[in-house]
Amino acid sequence: MNVIASRPAPQYPPHARTYRYDEIDREFLAERIAEFSDQVARRLRGELTEDEFKPLRLMNGLYLQLHAYMLRIAIPYGLLNATQLRQLALIARRWDRGFGHFTTRQNIQFNWTKLEDVPDILRALAEVDMHAIQTSGNCIRNVTTDEYAGATPDEVVDPRVYAEILRQWSTLHPEFTWLPRKFKIAITGSPNDRVAAQVHDIGVLAKRNVAGAMGFEVHAGGGLGRTPLIGRKLRDWVPEDEFLGYMEAVLRVYNALGQRDNIYKARIKILVRDLGDAFVEMVEREYATMPRDPYRLDPAIVAAIAAHFAPPPFAALNDIAPPEDPEFAAWASRSVRPHRQPGYASVTISLKPVGGIPGDASADQMEVVAALAERHSFGEIRVSHVQNLVLPHVRQDELFAVWQGLRAAGLATPNIGLISDIIACPGMDYCALATARSIPVAQRISERFADLDRQLDLGECFVNISGCINACGHHHVGHIGILGVDKRGEEVYQVTLGGSATNDAAVGELVGPAFSYDDIVDAIETIIRTHVAHRALGERFIDTYRRIGLTPFKEALYAAA
Amino acid sequence: MSSTPKARPATAPVVFTANRLRDGRVVWLGAEGSWVEALAAARVFPPEAAAEGLALAKQGERQQQVVGVYGVEIRHLAGAPVPLKFRERLRAAGPSIAAEPAGWRLAS
Repeated sequence: MNVIASRPAPQYPPHARTYRYDEIDREFLAERIAEFSDQVARRLRGELTEDEFKPLRLMNGLYLQLHAYMLRIAIPYGLLNATQLRQLALIARRWDRGFGHFTTRQNIQFNWTKLEDVPDILRALAEVDMHAIQTSGNCIRNVTTDEYAGATPDEVVDPRVYAEILRQWSTLHPEFTWLPRKFKIAITGSPNDRVAAQVHDIGVLAKRNVAGAMGFEVHAGGGLGRTPLIGRKLRDWVPEDEFLGYMEAVLRVYNALGQRDNIYKARIKILVRDLGDAFVEMVEREYATMPRDPYRLDPAIVAAIAAHFAPPPFAALNDIAPPEDPEFAAWASRSVRPHRQPGYASVTISLKPVGGIPGDASADQMEVVAALAERHSFGEIRVSHVQNLVLPHVRQDELFAVWQGLRAAGLATPNIGLISDIIACPGMDYCALATARSIPVAQRISERFADLDRQLDLGECFVNISGCINACGHHHVGHIGILGVDKRGEEVYQVTLGGSATNDAAVGELVGPAFSYDDIVDAIETIIRTHVAHRALGERFIDTYRRIGLTPFKEALYAAA
Repeated sequence: MSSTPKARPATAPVVFTANRLRDGRVVWLGAEGSWVEALAAARVFPPEAAAEGLALAKQGERQQQVVGVYGVEIRHLAGAPVPLKFRERLRAAGPSIAAEPAGWRLAS
């Protein structure tokens, strides 16, 4: 790793440009760990039954999966500093099997956790101001945001500030600890939605009006799972100081009316769908009755939090031409994106090597990324909801060195946004709820389309795979969505086409009967060949699909039947 | 009856599985109420004795040795028990994928 050793790492203050704990936070976390450690000890001694223990472990992010316990750790809005990533590497190595899995909620999961080790793991997390609270259960889960926040030129408002406000508001909120179902919020500050806002329980677009004032466009009732729905806009404009009050009103209406007696109808999307305009009116009525002062977002608080996300000490630079190295150029064309600061760029690190497990990183790889972040990105790392990592602030004249460092660690696959940049849930290889495997399907597709020239020729194409109807792999909003289901004890795969998670959010359309595990990759090949046969110049898969519709794909797939 | 004790009555031989409390690993009810890691060492109950097997397995839960007991229908293949359903075959064999990312490890 000569690249990393080439010059001494600069020193940055701890928690640079991430959330900041104070002593109250740390004291609470210590108390919570002591409490849960005692509960674990009592469970191991047989003093608590599983029925008694299960809700306690879930409130601390601990699931029991197919082969082992799984610990899901919160990464607030996908922000990590190098110290935290190193600690995750240490946990992976010391208490798991040397790797972790980054999720579509910008969190990380460890799949081989032992119950007896969990207290030690939680203490290790607390050392770097991390925890696993609210990564499970019917509460407000980790808020997600744009992985390029604070760096991307198309950003109007830095969403991290408001994601942090939402984090503080939603953490241990006493009224919303036992909601009808889990609740997921995404917020973006760019007009180009990279957070799948419209398929969240609440999706927020932070923006400015013509007078320059801050406000929020609020959508609610989106979601995937058994009943995929695009969210409904509740308000085009919520003034900044009313943000938390309005969010509170939405949650209150949901908390009061969500269907607690039917798990399949308990998400807010069902309520919003069924009530329609009446839901919006109920929120407004609730909000009108709430006292404003207790919920008013004090500008001083916003300013204090915004200071935590102040721009790093950028050097005064100009944009430069990239080095003339074909391999570097191929990587840069997919992984490097423009930065708002001249002379800088953001680097997306693919966790999707050919034949690899989407979202997985080894402990060694985490440490390499942490070192590169320290040396080249002000110590900052982001986790994207498409299961990649990001170095947000890299000097353009250091991109080549970053690429060399990533390449040496198997982290420079130049496939960002291409067909092999697949979202996949853990599927039946790990998950107790899954009805089919996801990961090996993703591996086989990435192997089938390994030829980079072919991927580049196809252009942007999102393949999303879920191993059950709960849709953790976001299959409904993949350009090509794959859903694994159980059919008489064997795996089969349904395919949907035409989904989208961006501004033009759409739920994909089922193409026809399911395919066997052996046949699913050939089916994807047929879909792609059909696209290529019909595409107009420069069309992406989604463009062709929208122009020609489902029929040509259906005919190609089922011609022999 | 491959996933819950409330499922339909067994029509094939049955073994019983659970997760070990301490570390969550998959285990199978073996001889004399023991819990073993290898499916091959699991005690096989004929369909008509499935209720008896379940009662025995549930003792492991009451004794806080294991979590989430349920029965799995099997057939015998070359003398070895093989679950009828893919999920349970995967549970017995472990993940079908490499245990770590396609990866990469720093040379030590």
